[in-house]
Amino acid sequence: MPETPTHPLPGKAPVLEPGHTFGTVTDKISSIVLTRRVSMGWLVGVGIGAAMSGVLLGAVSYLFLKGVGIWGIDIPVAWGFAIVNFVWWIGIGHAGTLISAILLLLKQEWRNSINRFAEAMTLFAVACAGMFPVLHLGRPWLAYWLFPYPNTMNYWPQFRSPLVWDVFAVSTYFTVSLLFWFIGLIPDLATLRDRATNRLTRTAYGILAMGWRGSARHWKRYESTYLLLAGLATPLVLSVHTVVSFDFAVSVVPGWHTTIFPPYFVAGAIYSGFAMVVVLAIPIRAVYGLEDMITERHLDNSAKVMLATGLIVAYGYFIEIFMAWYGGNHFEQYMIFNRMRGPYAVLYWCLILFNVVIPQLLWVKRIRKSTFWLFLLSLDILVGMWLERFIIVITSLHRDYLPSSWGMYYPTAWDWATYLGTIGFFVMCMFLFIRFLPMISIFEMRTLLPEAEVEAGD
Amino acid sequence: MAEFDGPKELIEAAHQAYAAGYRRMDAYTPFPIEELSDAIGFHHTNVPLVVLIGGLLGGISGFLMQYWVAVLNYPVNVAGKPLNSWPSFVVVTFEMTILGAALFAVLGMLALNGLPMPYHPVFNVERFAFASKDRFFLCIEARDPKFDRKVTEEFLRSLNPREVTEVPH
Repeated sequence: MPETPTHPLPGKAPVLEPGHTFGTVTDKISSIVLTRRVSMGWLVGVGIGAAMSGVLLGAVSYLFLKGVGIWGIDIPVAWGFAIVNFVWWIGIGHAGTLISAILLLLKQEWRNSINRFAEAMTLFAVACAGMFPVLHLGRPWLAYWLFPYPNTMNYWPQFRSPLVWDVFAVSTYFTVSLLFWFIGLIPDLATLRDRATNRLTRTAYGILAMGWRGSARHWKRYESTYLLLAGLATPLVLSVHTVVSFDFAVSVVPGWHTTIFPPYFVAGAIYSGFAMVVVLAIPIRAVYGLEDMITERHLDNSAKVMLATGLIVAYGYFIEIFMAWYGGNHFEQYMIFNRMRGPYAVLYWCLILFNVVIPQLLWVKRIRKSTFWLFLLSLDILVGMWLERFIIVITSLHRDYLPSSWGMYYPTAWDWATYLGTIGFFVMCMFLFIRFLPMISIFEMRTLLPEAEVEAGD
Repeated sequence: MAEFDGPKELIEAAHQAYAAGYRRMDAYTPFPIEELSDAIGFHHTNVPLVVLIGGLLGGISGFLMQYWVAVLNYPVNVAGKPLNSWPSFVVVTFEMTILGAALFAVLGMLALNGLPMPYHPVFNVERFAFASKDRFFLCIEARDPKFDRKVTEEFLRSLNPREVTEVPH
């Protein structure tokens, strides 16, 4: 018997619990936006997010007022939390695009229920990431100089620099993700428009839906566009984190100048990104009763992806150590020794514990099936990936070639305030998204139903 | 306009309508159905071509921008290294290609579909609200040369729909 999403092969959990119809799928998802009462939990959540965004606003205002000296950066560590957080956030964003684009091209139907909020997660993560390159500038009011525009000074950005490549890569990534997400939303906005009872709501969704009526001709062009965008987004997402890794790899700093960085960074991005997807999915599906759409199979698959990318990241750690020994470069060898036995050694060993050792628990099926342990493991991976970025940036900078230049890096309260503020901003955006937009792609869920099959005996 | 309960019934009806000679018609569904556009006679879209043009424009302009800046407008001699350092231009060219292709894809698709189009006669039918939920519609337009009010209505009824409505406009 051929496998369908609701009747999978024996031994595999279904992608969508059987028993749904087109109507119930629509009702369930759209009612969260249209008819569900605003709960105290949601208000508390968005309130906390808003409060932390206020902290961000305060920290950024003080930063613009006083300059980057309020942070812990110094010489030799002139790149501190700003770059660490930038890379961490961009990495998290990658899972959304992978789920939306790459899993679509691979015809993995289980992506249909998680791609909408994963893509939203990407947008908010990239928005948080994009703040840091501007904030960390000595003269942030000149940030527009990063873009090539004709000017009276006859200057241009340095196109040979990875920092400028970053500008193009991240801007393109944000734009394409936004377009992809919005295009995916149009048919669902039409559903909300048609089901809204309040006139203001209907008008708002109607304007956004642009008059979508589900015409077969439109659907054909739409599907073509959707697939092409997915095909474009796939190399884009791989290139974006590669370009971010070039910020480091193109330099000559020991520990940075290594060709393992692009694949290692991309794998790490997917690792932390899926961890964030799971951290969001588990509470959302519990609170909104969506266990029949975001099923055990989704969590299991996400855990397996995390395990696989975690192993690639572990390989990256290993090969750095091996190549330092095998290559015989004294500076690289000292860099590895310093990571393991120097002032930041505790953090390095925490990194190995959090990112390599603990996630091996994902091999155990019982752990993958337990939402409690999976949630904790995902939080552990998020922390571990942050530590990885910290170790890469700070240990290589604080002790490089010349011992007389060595120094230490200590983050200040403003570093933490800015970082936690961006987390709050992200949380606030996610809560608003859940409230006002369908967090699961309604029309794609409809295609999973057996009634949607058209060929006889398919 | 005829309303159906499921995609199979709609596709069958669309085939019959096409066989009967109707060309100016459209079908409305809550999710994309691959076979349906073929059934109503719509086979080819120009979206891929638009995307290709967008990508080429983006890539070529990205590369030319860098080339002009680095070689012609503000060349900087760094130890005699080649001014047209094209390997370092690859990344920005690639990103511009993707950006151009994506922008043209979205804007092109919207333009080809005629969106935004806030008003369309089919919205005047009350039950059409279900087209975005769980019902499937086939609409034969009055512009069709074979259209005749009575004949077409009887033809639609012969396809066993749930309901047949005339679309006011």
